[in-house]
Amino acid sequence: MSIDKQTVLKVANLSRIEVTDKEAEDMVGKLDKIIGFVEQLSEVDTDDIEPLANVVDIDLRLRDDVVNDGNCQDKVLANAPDSIEGFYVVPKVVE
Amino acid sequence: MAHALIKGETGEWEIVIGMEVHAQVIANSKLFSGASTQFGAEPNSQVSLVDAAMPGMLPVLNAHVVEQAVRTGLGLNSKINNRSVFARKNYFYADLPQGYQISQFEDPIVGLGKIEIDLPDGTTKEIGITRLHLEQDAGKSMHDQHPSKSFVDLNRSGCALMEIVSEPDIRGPEEAAAYLSKLRMILRYLGTCDGNMDEGSMRADVNVSVRRPGGELGTRAEIKNVNSVKAVQMAIDYEVQRQIEILEDGGKIVQETRLWDPSRNETRSMRGKEDAHDYRYFPDPDLLPLVISNDYIEDIRKTLPELPDEKKHRFMNNFGLSLYDSSVLIAERPRADYYEAVANDRDAKLAANWVINELLGALNKDDKHITQSPITAEQLGGLITLISDNTISGKIAKDVFAEMYSSGKDAATIVDEKGLKQVTDTGAIEAVIDEVIAENPDNVAAYKGGKDKLFGFFVGQTMKKTGGKANPGIVNEILRKKLND
Repeated sequence: MSIDKQTVLKVANLSRIEVTDKEAEDMVGKLDKIIGFVEQLSEVDTDDIEPLANVVDIDLRLRDDVVNDGNCQDKVLANAPDSIEGFYVVPKVVE
Repeated sequence: MAHALIKGETGEWEIVIGMEVHAQVIANSKLFSGASTQFGAEPNSQVSLVDAAMPGMLPVLNAHVVEQAVRTGLGLNSKINNRSVFARKNYFYADLPQGYQISQFEDPIVGLGKIEIDLPDGTTKEIGITRLHLEQDAGKSMHDQHPSKSFVDLNRSGCALMEIVSEPDIRGPEEAAAYLSKLRMILRYLGTCDGNMDEGSMRADVNVSVRRPGGELGTRAEIKNVNSVKAVQMAIDYEVQRQIEILEDGGKIVQETRLWDPSRNETRSMRGKEDAHDYRYFPDPDLLPLVISNDYIEDIRKTLPELPDEKKHRFMNNFGLSLYDSSVLIAERPRADYYEAVANDRDAKLAANWVINELLGALNKDDKHITQSPITAEQLGGLITLISDNTISGKIAKDVFAEMYSSGKDAATIVDEKGLKQVTDTGAIEAVIDEVIAENPDNVAAYKGGKDKLFGFFVGQTMKKTGGKANPGIVNEILRKKLND
């Protein structure tokens, strides 16, 4: 698989990362190399092999349905650039 | 029901609809964190560091939510999957700070199922369920508090949602409304979602397309933001007309997401969503596959209540009620329970009439729920007993009912206090009838001369003299005998 500039721009847009034309062109070669490296994995024959979710054989741990977290408005707002009356305040995000 | 076909300029069109319903799971805490799910709390007070997506925080699955999803799946007659996988759906929701939503993609917890819907023409139809999966809800943003800023509250962010997807089996707005109503009813019976659409705990997306009858499926539009049963019907009506007009003008339907605007009664395109469906799902590396055993599923099955359709069929088969009456009575579990208590060892059809026509009518007028009824089921049952054993007539019973409704007294007490007991003594009734006949010689003559309609006049006079207490059957019988001599 090879990457073209269009793909780079699309991925950048999906990731909400601003990329100039020049940067996109530079990235074509770099991403191509990375993908090429990872593509070595496809040399391994994985037909009839179940995907592995974890290397140790354990089940997903569940928790009981009890309220024992939250109630820490100060903490969750501590890193917010702006807040008013307990709300995060962000640039308007409606069309 | 015959397929509802829409007549266009160039021939008939068939409507094809599939629905995706998001239902908030009833649970104390969130899907992956121990923060509370309670509605209406102080903004961002029910947000843990997991919900705020702080680096290094790990999601831990809520066991009760899994149970609720399985319970719902069983209620939808669906296959429960022993193994399901949580996946990341990559998209920047304005009020879900992770930058992705934890959902289920290829391996949902619940697979194929079906439900029965009740249509306005008195028939039923089966609608297939494609799947049910668990996912995180997003927070809420407010855009009207400030000219250039949005306010974000993450309290709802991370609450558990069930997304229930139907097969494209729905053929028109009435069927869509019936599907949504039945689904909500089942969720409420199961206690897995409160179904309050106006509070947003149940939300519907509607996929609509049209095709020539029996032809290839058309391109669909997905309508979002339809938040009541009525809005679903209106949005479908609008969208179907829009699509038919485009197709008949030789145009093509674009597959897109459209927003229902309830203030203008129209759907409109949500521009700038071209990339919205490139979600790049992959299994969430923070969560192992969820594995549940058949024993676990069977243990939950044992705790299921009698579901609306089972109840409906039992009411029809055991009580001889019509499909319509049964459907009205099973609409809510408390209503069905109330009815069963009234019908208990009594005339079940009479009980159904009184619950539906009198009680629900009166409650509806007062905007009261059945649980707020001033008349208990036992009290209404008492009234039914008095009618059945001929202590009072059906007509008097209506007055007694009104008195019970306003005073909360028992039927028997009111009948005693007001002396409303029906007169069934033929001698006493005969005496009154003789009086009536003696007082109205002109009418008697006219009746005998062929004015049959005057019979009602004599019945009325007799009832008036007895204060409505004479048994109407006996009155009719004696009058007929005397007047037709």
